[in-house]
Amino acid sequence: MSETGGGGESRPGGTDEQRVPDGRNSQSDLNLIGSRLRKVDGFAKASGKARYADDIALPGMLHARIVRSPHPHARIVSIDSSRAEALDGVRGVVTGRDMPHTYGVIPWTPDEHPLCVDRVRYIGDGVAAVAAVDEDTAIEAAGLIEVEYEELPAYLDPRKALEATGGEDSPYIHEPRKAGWNGNITKKVHLDFGEVHALMEASDVVVEGAYFFEGTTHAPIEPHCAIGLWEPDGREAGGLSSGGGLTFPLEPGMGGQPGKHEGGVPSSHGRLTVWSSTQVPHYLHRELARVLELDPARVRVIQPPVGGAFGGKSEPFDLEFCVAALAMKTGRPVKILYTREEVFYAHRGRHPFHMRYRTGATKDGKLQSVDAQVLLDGGAYASFGLVTTYYSGQLLTAPYTMPAYRFDSVRAYTNKPACGPKRGHGSVQPRFAFEVQLDKLAEKLEMDPVGLRRSNAMGGNTRTVNELRVTSNGFVECLEAVERASGWKERWRRLPFGRGLGVAGSCYISGTNYPVYPNDMPQSAVQIQIDRSGRVAVFSGASEIGQGTDSMVAYVAAEELGVPLDYVRVFAGDTDFTPVDLGAYSSRVTFMLGNACIDAARTLKRKVQDAVAGEWGCKPREVLLAGGWALFAPDTARKLPIREAFQLAEAMFGTLGATGWYNTPKDIHGSYRGGTIGSSPAYSFTAHVAEVDVDVETGFVEVKRIWIAHDCGRALNPVLVEGQMEGSAYMGFAEALMEEQIFKSAEQGREGLHNAPSLLDYRIPTSLDTPELESLIVESLDPEGPYGAKEAGEGPLHPSIPAIANAIHDAVGIRMDALPFSPPRVWRRINEARAEGKLKKPTAPGRPIEEEVHESVS
Amino acid sequence: MGATNRIVDLNVNGDRRIAGVPTHYTLLETLRYVLGLTGSKQGCDKGDCGACTVLVDGVATLSCIMPVWEAEGAEVVTVEGLARESGPHPVQDEFDLNGAAQCGFCTPGILCSAVGLLERNPAPSREEIKEALSGNLCRCTGYTKIYNAVEAAAERIRTGSADGAGRR
Repeated sequence: MSETGGGGESRPGGTDEQRVPDGRNSQSDLNLIGSRLRKVDGFAKASGKARYADDIALPGMLHARIVRSPHPHARIVSIDSSRAEALDGVRGVVTGRDMPHTYGVIPWTPDEHPLCVDRVRYIGDGVAAVAAVDEDTAIEAAGLIEVEYEELPAYLDPRKALEATGGEDSPYIHEPRKAGWNGNITKKVHLDFGEVHALMEASDVVVEGAYFFEGTTHAPIEPHCAIGLWEPDGREAGGLSSGGGLTFPLEPGMGGQPGKHEGGVPSSHGRLTVWSSTQVPHYLHRELARVLELDPARVRVIQPPVGGAFGGKSEPFDLEFCVAALAMKTGRPVKILYTREEVFYAHRGRHPFHMRYRTGATKDGKLQSVDAQVLLDGGAYASFGLVTTYYSGQLLTAPYTMPAYRFDSVRAYTNKPACGPKRGHGSVQPRFAFEVQLDKLAEKLEMDPVGLRRSNAMGGNTRTVNELRVTSNGFVECLEAVERASGWKERWRRLPFGRGLGVAGSCYISGTNYPVYPNDMPQSAVQIQIDRSGRVAVFSGASEIGQGTDSMVAYVAAEELGVPLDYVRVFAGDTDFTPVDLGAYSSRVTFMLGNACIDAARTLKRKVQDAVAGEWGCKPREVLLAGGWALFAPDTARKLPIREAFQLAEAMFGTLGATGWYNTPKDIHGSYRGGTIGSSPAYSFTAHVAEVDVDVETGFVEVKRIWIAHDCGRALNPVLVEGQMEGSAYMGFAEALMEEQIFKSAEQGREGLHNAPSLLDYRIPTSLDTPELESLIVESLDPEGPYGAKEAGEGPLHPSIPAIANAIHDAVGIRMDALPFSPPRVWRRINEARAEGKLKKPTAPGRPIEEEVHESVS
Repeated sequence: MGATNRIVDLNVNGDRRIAGVPTHYTLLETLRYVLGLTGSKQGCDKGDCGACTVLVDGVATLSCIMPVWEAEGAEVVTVEGLARESGPHPVQDEFDLNGAAQCGFCTPGILCSAVGLLERNPAPSREEIKEALSGNLCRCTGYTKIYNAVEAAAERIRTGSADGAGRR
């Protein structure tokens, strides 16, 4: 790192603004931001020093195992744990009756128990947990817990689930929330914008299609892990004998009022600490306190480094409640590490979607009307499903101008592991269908699909048909970047038969304007403390899950306070030490935490500038902080080491600390019920071109390369942005060709059993499977993002799948409307097309058909 | 409980380690839960994911399916043993520089596979790198930055260029 720091001379005085969104991206002389930097935790991770949840061992720690349902749908008749408890080395057992309150990450749909109380709803649902002196004993004891079940009819197909009546032969999976409702429906959304019917009728061309998106799961390489520690603070920790409820004392009346602590605090003086591989420590903290009836001020959640999450660790799970309850019951620390099989049961992955789309356009390719019907296969619990149901429609309305749009979405419960948010929550599936629709539309109109997309691009500073406020928008630049890089104009429709190019675009949120539980408090916050050594300590509430959050705040703090990057320490992921951030989900962190960090850092920066200005007898705004120095702007030869500048400030103001926070705009959402969902402070944009090779004899599709252009606003560190783009495109590619979270049918011998709960059989791509990935960063400088930044973690997944589908069409002329594009499925489509004489290179717009003949199969 | 134990005599990262372990313990369980070397990770516990990869006599080996007694008499190197006295191994440093570790959970295993590769093939092609890493699943990166890191490290080792410490 340069000692003197580069630039700085022309820094505008406007950097003094505080909490003025427009001021945050105005700097043109950034020192660190925008550079290719190391991550603050990079070497810890490259040396084995990073300590993940399962790397933690506490003195006297017990190991626990959860007993899981072998039935997809059944009543629990009885649970007998006496044999398990009699086993040498067993220290405690908990069942659903010990934790009677329901929970759910969405406060309107709390439909889960930490352990099932009277009903199991999928194979793998937890019913009891046992803690023992070691893992082997816990496994043996779990096998001794006898659960008697009365089996119920199960629903694996959401269409069948919707037909349930609630009668004896056709029971609902959940009790209806209101009399007369179908208990197998989590949520129904119908939203209608513009003259859908009239504009469809008036369209010159209408494309109609049915699509199926198979469910997929996150498969982080780190299995979920949690450790519970109960410190009774001089009081009894709970009996070692089990059988009854938890023994911690409660205020009268607390039991019936989950979430309401206003009426007094529970009288237990114990403190609960839970370490968890979660991506939402704050929501976990809330739900632990609520379900276990603890005072939230006596609950601490610590999030160690997380070994991958992708949305799969974004709500509480049974293991976290179980380690807490077992620690309270036994008085000893308790760890649960999921087996890989359990990770597949925990799931919360991509919902299978059954979709129908009608898309109308004018003869020159202008979109007129879009009409969608979506059935979401939700699995056994709501999870984030209420939001997913909205997202399945709400997030489709950019980047193309859509004069009229309607969607009907229904989420059904089924007897399978619950679906939830996976990277690109709820919008990856409709994006696949819609971008294939656009490709069909372009073909029908004999247009270049890049040109069709360009001509419908909505641009910036506008509103979508469903009233989402779009500010910065680099979509056209993305489209043109992949068009150029892929040689689209020369190669599309001109590659030999079997080889093809496809394009797709997309848009995604940078966080949500409304948190999952209603409140007016900040969504993200940091606290910064600096001292006379020059050291900068950042206490960040956000969750580092590999995406680089801790590094991002360090870059921001170093940029603003002018210190070398290695002067910054980041302390994160501990609810006892850090202010609240809502978690690593919905691509919110860079935008919100980055702004919060700028806010705190600029408060301190002003103090340092004031102090140095006092020393130098100049204006505070003439003091620059950069590269380890305080510099006099008019003549940068005059300078002080940053440490001495901090000492002047500490002498003038006392000990130096500041908090900073960010909250989302609450006045920009749609003026209709549901209009808050999808509302984001900024939207990212992406375009991909995929190149594929299709073997018509085997149906094997090889993706050769994906060009990924993504508008991230500003790349705070391009290395990390590229990493998110490549990882996203990889994950989309994987869903397109390989992955499926599927279950056996009754005919296959075991209804509802996961087909392949292992990393060998659930096929995720190896290095040999993964295509070449080429990242093209586009920067639109968002007016409200930190230095203009927007999200990069989820948006770049979306176009992979439709770009590959469209490339397969370009290669051999077949349409793949159902995922995954696995060899058997592609081979069947090839054979159908061959029988119909349609297995050939599609015709290029404006080119005579004869030209194509030599490229088609003989 | 109930399991029979045995004494194993291991050479791990150059240290002689003698430990009493349950007979059925794998090398990974011994490293993580007995010797406190938690750098090697467990992702699947059945040889599918590669997060547990260590070097056994220089060969990348899945420690989660290797009975610990099989490692007796061999030189075991884990991620904790890759660094040299002069600093990190060039592969480690290039992983850091290239953003090749995101969540970092697969990283220890991939580093061991990559070091094993470079020791037998100092100038691997990209195809050879892909082949050598095909037993290590990474869920974050899409592998691109990992290839870049391994290529850069190979170049540094070949040319003897000291390190990337001066680089950000």
